[in-house]
Amino acid sequence: MPVMSYIQAVTSALREEMQRDEKVFVLGEDVGRKGGVFKATEGLYNEFGEYRVLDTPLAESAIAGVGIGAAMYGMRPVAEMQFADFIMPAVNQIISEAARIRYRSNNDWDCPIVIRAPYGGGVHGALYHSQSVEAIFANQPGLKIVMPSTPYDVKGLLKAAIRDNDPVLFFEHKRAYRLLKGEVPEEDYVLPIGKADVKREGSDITVITYGLCVHFALQAAEKLAEEGIDAHILDLRTIYPLDKEAIIEAAKKTGKVLLVTEDNKEGSIIGEVAAIIAENCLFDLDAPVQRLAGPDVPSMPYAPTMEKFFMMNPDKIEKAMRELAEF
Amino acid sequence: MTGNRHEELGLSNNQVLEMYKTMLLARKLDERMWLLNRAGKIPFVISCQGQEAAQVGAAFALDRNEDYVAPYYRDMGVVLAFGMTAKELMLSAFAKAEDPNSGGRQMPSHFGQKKNRILTGSSPVTTQVPHAVGVALAAKMENKNLVSFVTLGEGSSNQGDFHEGLNFAGVHKLPVITMVENNKYAISVPAEKQLGNQKVSDRALGYGMPGFTVDGNDPLEIYRVVKEARDRALNGEGPTLIEAVSYRLTAHSSDDDDRSYRDREEVEEAKKLDSIFTFAEYLKNANILTEDLETEITNEINILVNEATDYAENAPYAEPEDALKYVYEEK
Repeated sequence: MPVMSYIQAVTSALREEMQRDEKVFVLGEDVGRKGGVFKATEGLYNEFGEYRVLDTPLAESAIAGVGIGAAMYGMRPVAEMQFADFIMPAVNQIISEAARIRYRSNNDWDCPIVIRAPYGGGVHGALYHSQSVEAIFANQPGLKIVMPSTPYDVKGLLKAAIRDNDPVLFFEHKRAYRLLKGEVPEEDYVLPIGKADVKREGSDITVITYGLCVHFALQAAEKLAEEGIDAHILDLRTIYPLDKEAIIEAAKKTGKVLLVTEDNKEGSIIGEVAAIIAENCLFDLDAPVQRLAGPDVPSMPYAPTMEKFFMMNPDKIEKAMRELAEF
Repeated sequence: MTGNRHEELGLSNNQVLEMYKTMLLARKLDERMWLLNRAGKIPFVISCQGQEAAQVGAAFALDRNEDYVAPYYRDMGVVLAFGMTAKELMLSAFAKAEDPNSGGRQMPSHFGQKKNRILTGSSPVTTQVPHAVGVALAAKMENKNLVSFVTLGEGSSNQGDFHEGLNFAGVHKLPVITMVENNKYAISVPAEKQLGNQKVSDRALGYGMPGFTVDGNDPLEIYRVVKEARDRALNGEGPTLIEAVSYRLTAHSSDDDDRSYRDREEVEEAKKLDSIFTFAEYLKNANILTEDLETEITNEINILVNEATDYAENAPYAEPEDALKYVYEEK
């Protein structure tokens, strides 16, 4: 099985979907001739031409809104927001429009758009190139939000997102782009949106997380295994709607749950995960549900000292896991 | 409006009569909805009154079997011309399950009907502009011989989506026609406090497209300008911005009282230019509309409106649990 990086999995999924279905097209800032500022669309312009890999004016609401219009017409647009931080001007289009088109038209119209955006910190990106923005969208029924953690998941889930008949936000961790490599099958495959995935079987404590933090949690788990602490790790993969069944099962399995996100703590996705566990697992719990997250400051600062203080890492997770195991 | 201007535009007597009937149907449905609202039978109305000429004139210049429209909430004339029926509009007014726009989910005048290529709309204004541009982009990508047509009010022309959408269309020379229905008021705020320039159409220059300001009470002039815009679009010459100037004859909505911000004299003056009457005059002068025919049309429309009202009033609401349906695709 070939090994590819997280970002190569993005490009590969896009290429194969564009080859499979000529309704699929990419639009965004710098996605065309340049191949994207991160090179996620590298080579696609030469292969598919100007209109299927469309360099748009610098205007995020139009990128989303024009994509939504094309999707209503019957195309399969994949819109790129250059950074998740810059999705804000498009929020009205995403929440008021894309998320509600099927519902408000009583199933007459649909909106099969994918909006990709690199999120996350640890790249010297400061306040506006580091953020996790998923919580803004994660109480909007009608939207699906996918945040994959491995190249294999990236490819299978991005293909699923493009084939999905509802709008999907696809957040890719920008630090994972070249940091993470993994085996990806040559043959066509899709992974189910809405399903979490056990990334490590274990019996002492449960860690539930998503995105790059899955990778950090796995690293921490390997270290703790040497001390005899056996961690079970559930990767949410889709953070909206949440896979409640998998969350409940993972929580009940060990009775000790650590929830991890790179986002600010209050109002983040993991608060909802905690609520699901509280509603369903009270008598199975052996410790209070723990949340490990970024501090409640607006965003990640630039200076390396402060960035490191904010950013999640394997050491922070390891410490929290050990404390929970010892509870 | 004198002479046979419609013949110069290539419109037959029957076609202009159809335009008139569509305008009148929109007006009569709208008037009935106000009555129903004041009688406590429907919660809300937002009017097309004063804008029917622009709406119907424009719609008749489009290919009503191929083109896509992204109407805004006053566009009853557009959606009627594109195939929505009086009964369907009344079902929407009464929020009944059979309403094709939304099954009673949205407020009235939030139009949408896929079979007639009427894009579904929302309440935040101007979001439909990029959608129409997206349809035009898709049409261009697929080499389809169609245009998209989008409307909005003059107040909405200040929104970012107007600028972002029109600029996008200008860059890629997309077959989209934008018609701003300037009815002089954005709820209570008059156009001169909305627009930094005199004419909305002047903004077209900034987006690399032609812009025209047209008398919105003259359906034939609107027809001409939209038709030319459509020809240019199909010829690969790109988008057009049209400003149709008329007047909002009613309050903003059934929840608004316009007496607090505009003089009655001003409204009375505007009524003298009401296209329902001026276009009827034109048709009479051209010997197309006789007194007998006028009576016949009025009766026909009355029957239509009555039947639509009765049907919609007696139609069932959606089941309460239907509120849970269609958040996502149901397989």
